[in-house]
Amino acid sequence: MATLHTVNKSPFEKNSLASCLSHLQSGYAVLLFEDGVYGALRGTTIATRVEDAVKSGRVYVLGEDFKARGLDEGKMIEGINVVDYAGFVDLATECDRVQSWL
Amino acid sequence: MKFAIQINEGPYQHQAVDSAYQFAKAALDKGHEIFRVFFYHDGVNTATRLAVPPQDDRNLTKLWAELAEQHNLDMVVCVAAAQRRGMADEDEMKRNGKDANNIHPAFRISGLGQLIEAGIAADRLMVFGD
Amino acid sequence: MSEIKKFMYVNRKAPYGTVYALESLEVVLIGAAFDQDVSLAFLDDGVFQIMKGQDTQGVGMKNFSPTYSALGDYDVTKLYVERESLEERGLTLDDLLPLKYEDEDDDWAEKDSIKLVSREELAGLMEDQDVLLNF
Repeated sequence: MATLHTVNKSPFEKNSLASCLSHLQSGYAVLLFEDGVYGALRGTTIATRVEDAVKSGRVYVLGEDFKARGLDEGKMIEGINVVDYAGFVDLATECDRVQSWL
Repeated sequence: MKFAIQINEGPYQHQAVDSAYQFAKAALDKGHEIFRVFFYHDGVNTATRLAVPPQDDRNLTKLWAELAEQHNLDMVVCVAAAQRRGMADEDEMKRNGKDANNIHPAFRISGLGQLIEAGIAADRLMVFGD
Repeated sequence: MSEIKKFMYVNRKAPYGTVYALESLEVVLIGAAFDQDVSLAFLDDGVFQIMKGQDTQGVGMKNFSPTYSALGDYDVTKLYVERESLEERGLTLDDLLPLKYEDEDDDWAEKDSIKLVSREELAGLMEDQDVLLNF
């Protein structure tokens, strides 16, 4: 019954990540990609909420997008998993549906 | 598994077309099927055969066309969205009395029903947009 | 194509500033012909799509809000509006279009298409879908 939620917006520009995090149901997976990867950084205004999501479910970041933006994995919230596009495909396959928080 | 892909944003303006391409490629590499790629909103602009991106940049129309050829992909451009944005194949050009057409042959123009049909037929619908 | 799937159109964007609301509505109208189990969700700025009293004359754009009132005729009768999204924007149900449909299973009684749901309820409804269309 799990849903893969994808977020492609910077949490500092749009409320997509905040809204996504408010609609999670058990078994969820959240994938941050495109500008959504900024939501994976430690010490930001939304980090506490992302950390909570890491504790009660699975949160992923698309490594290619993270790297493209010059971000350092050392600054990523602990417990977030890095996947590549193949991993993105696997997540979509494993979950029952995909919700894009555009 | 059978995927359907919906793309809502225009090429170069937004990463959606790139992300969808990388996703499609990865899915096909893993042996999954792509039932249809549906271009909607500004996403329809991906289908122009007249784009000339700089030499050192990727050519998204060409990339999609090549992927479609390799894997026999059904790439559909929404007719309503295309008409609004001046995208026409030869039939649409004649039907609307226009003097030019601009759709790359790897793409076909069809109705929104094709998106719903893809949602019904595919195991997963992936939406890439803004 | 006899299988019936649960489709939810997820509306999170305001109208006019961008084309998403209009072109999403166009999909809903076409999709209605496919006899699927269809619902619409309005949350975040999406609730602004169904505001009463939209007048686009001055901006020169087409006012497509009357189309929402016609959805009942297309058997699109489940419009979930998220209560928290309304509250965050200082809105109540009275600010929204009075969207109705005639229930053929109940002697064509006129009923409200808009169902006010909590964030938690909407999250549960989303979890119950086969296909989520996001615009």
